[in-house]
Amino acid sequence: MYTGELLASAKKVEAARDANLALEPARMTAEEKDSLLETWHPDYKTSEFEELRIGVNRGDKVPHELAALLEGCPRIGAPDVDLSKIDYDTDVLIIGGGGAGSSAAIEADKNGARCMIVTKLRIGDANTMMAEGGIQAADKPNDSPAIHYLDAFGGGHFAAKPELLYKLVNEAPEAIEWLNGLGVEFDKAPDGTMITTHGGGTSRKRMHAARDYTGAEIMRTLRDEVLNRGIPVIDYTAAVELILDEDGKCAGAVLMNMETRELKIARAKTVILATGGAGRLHYQGFPTSNHYGATADGLILGYRVGAKLLYADTLQYHPTGAAYPDQIFGALVTEKVRSLGAKLVNAEGEVFMHPLETRDVCAASIIRECAGRGKGVKTPDGSGVWLDTPMIEKKGGEGTILARIPAMYRMFAKYGIDIRTEPILVYPTLHYQNGGLDITPDGMTCVENLYAAGEVVGGIHGRNRLMGNSLLDVIVFGRNAGREASEKSKSVTTGALTLGHIDAFNRERAEAGLDSGTVSPKLLPTYTHGNPDFHKMPF
Amino acid sequence: MENFVDVFLFGKCYSVPENLTIMGAMEYAGYQLVRGCGCRNGFCGACATIYRIRGDRELKVCLACQTKVENNMYVATLPFFPLIKEVYDIEKVSPTEAVMMQLYPEIYACVGCNACTKSCTQGLNVMQYIAYAQRGDFEKCAEESFDCVMCGVCSSRCPAGISHPQVALLARRLNGKYLAPESAHLKERVKEIRDGKFEELLSDLMGKPVEELKELYNNREIEQ
Repeated sequence: MYTGELLASAKKVEAARDANLALEPARMTAEEKDSLLETWHPDYKTSEFEELRIGVNRGDKVPHELAALLEGCPRIGAPDVDLSKIDYDTDVLIIGGGGAGSSAAIEADKNGARCMIVTKLRIGDANTMMAEGGIQAADKPNDSPAIHYLDAFGGGHFAAKPELLYKLVNEAPEAIEWLNGLGVEFDKAPDGTMITTHGGGTSRKRMHAARDYTGAEIMRTLRDEVLNRGIPVIDYTAAVELILDEDGKCAGAVLMNMETRELKIARAKTVILATGGAGRLHYQGFPTSNHYGATADGLILGYRVGAKLLYADTLQYHPTGAAYPDQIFGALVTEKVRSLGAKLVNAEGEVFMHPLETRDVCAASIIRECAGRGKGVKTPDGSGVWLDTPMIEKKGGEGTILARIPAMYRMFAKYGIDIRTEPILVYPTLHYQNGGLDITPDGMTCVENLYAAGEVVGGIHGRNRLMGNSLLDVIVFGRNAGREASEKSKSVTTGALTLGHIDAFNRERAEAGLDSGTVSPKLLPTYTHGNPDFHKMPF
Repeated sequence: MENFVDVFLFGKCYSVPENLTIMGAMEYAGYQLVRGCGCRNGFCGACATIYRIRGDRELKVCLACQTKVENNMYVATLPFFPLIKEVYDIEKVSPTEAVMMQLYPEIYACVGCNACTKSCTQGLNVMQYIAYAQRGDFEKCAEESFDCVMCGVCSSRCPAGISHPQVALLARRLNGKYLAPESAHLKERVKEIRDGKFEELLSDLMGKPVEELKELYNNREIEQ
């Protein structure tokens, strides 16, 4: 239920609904998109970025918040641990228990390797769990991996690494088949045909879904399979530093129990970083749709041992984060809402863009509507535009919302907003890390025996990612890393372990005059919700 | 001016702004959450919470990230509950009643009290989906339980010791793998890819200069 100015504006949206529904807004030209992005997309705000002063990417620009951590102070020093006391000895150590880590574990196990997952929260506490809208795969007769390739390459501003994108699109149908074979319940017609829709920037309807719990359905199935296979999962345990061997190859990690703070040593023949994204760093003060642990840990761990970053300056702001009510400020409103027919409408009740432009263009357009044209709706946390959800029921028939996007219905119903009859307010929210660790098609970083998979990787999508290509990426590249790292482990002989890189890193910090006390990896964000600072006494 | 309410976290009173969620209230009070906090968005089930409003006889349940505080709310979180998770090989089980009897026999001890349904943080008809599981109707069990976030509150209230979320997960995997219709177009496409049908098209695209790709991209046909 809206009141006051919000209600007055919602009435305008309602009054214009039938006309807006019939409208087919024009798509923007390439030139219009370029100029829109340069003026309004947060990635183009140069004051929010700085050059890295140390490490393999020295001179590259990254957001301030990420620079502080990449150049931050290690949590431990070599004298804090005894590397001759091995607590866990395994073939493949997987750091992170989301979609990529779990997929990797299943494949490594299948390949006969001993593997284990360590995760700082629980297995499944990951962005995969929260992916709502769907997963892309070109499996319909009017579609092909080549069309998928062009959609993703263009949507990512022609910056993706071709050999990685090739893998993503060409292995997509098999990834869906694999998930289906594990028991993932995709939305299907009675004859078995997958029910697929568009996402922003797709030229074919190739978005497969499990209602709007797609990621949750995939994640809970993968988790169940990991447990069925008896793969050890060490939860509430974070990696705080990677360990190399005397030849400079990755050979394990120092782990920290998140509750007792006890340190443990894991030795492994190969290591897979699958730590996910960085939404909880709240770049540029944006709210985020990400889970609690998305603090860029993998980028920090990898960077410190010399793994290279690619496109760490490009972030994805999902166009439709909840802008109201403030209890769910920044929470994801799935793109599927637009796939199903809801349009974006400004405070005056005008449709101001085609709802299925790519995410960066769409986010920039919403920011322009609010900040540039003054046609946003004022909310307690800032401003937003309307996403006219009742259009879905008009277009798809009554009942479409409960059948296709029950999570969205539930999220707003808890605050007295019925999205079947009332529109909702949205504004961009920090959603995805387009960049990350640079890998080769076998999933390895430039540090031997250190692999990476999932959101922690950069280069698969270029400088912007299409909806549904991230769930796909965690499955395709998670499995890929699991297969490759387990295969490689069969021929690895690990030399003596060392944490010598910490001293070297600290020297580099000192030489560059970096003396901030910021400790990294960050592990968890701290929130006080405006509580005036109070001094916490130690015990 | 912000309005404040009194919230009792594990019995201790804190005054917090009234617009916060329970999770937000804990953080406002100074807790650094490690357990009981996951997606913060209603999907992961990490923050199952039980509460009672003073003077109210009814015990309520919710997800802490999805529920606003109220005055005189007494809150206890349930960050972990010992559910039974039986191990099985998805390739070897079959979607028959026998699998439930073998793995989760306690579902047949359901006394019909409906405490599970009353306590579901997602508002699901939990007792009904257990009834479907008892009968081996996995399709209906899957449908009815689909929105489960596995927070475990239902199991904490069950006198028969049933691990409802795990029963439902087994039913959904059986349904997804064995009972739902196969997708012929998917099978066909996977075979085409194995046969290398798209290799030439793809390598052709990968070899093109960016200017040409831009032209192709900007003029591509979009399915209506």
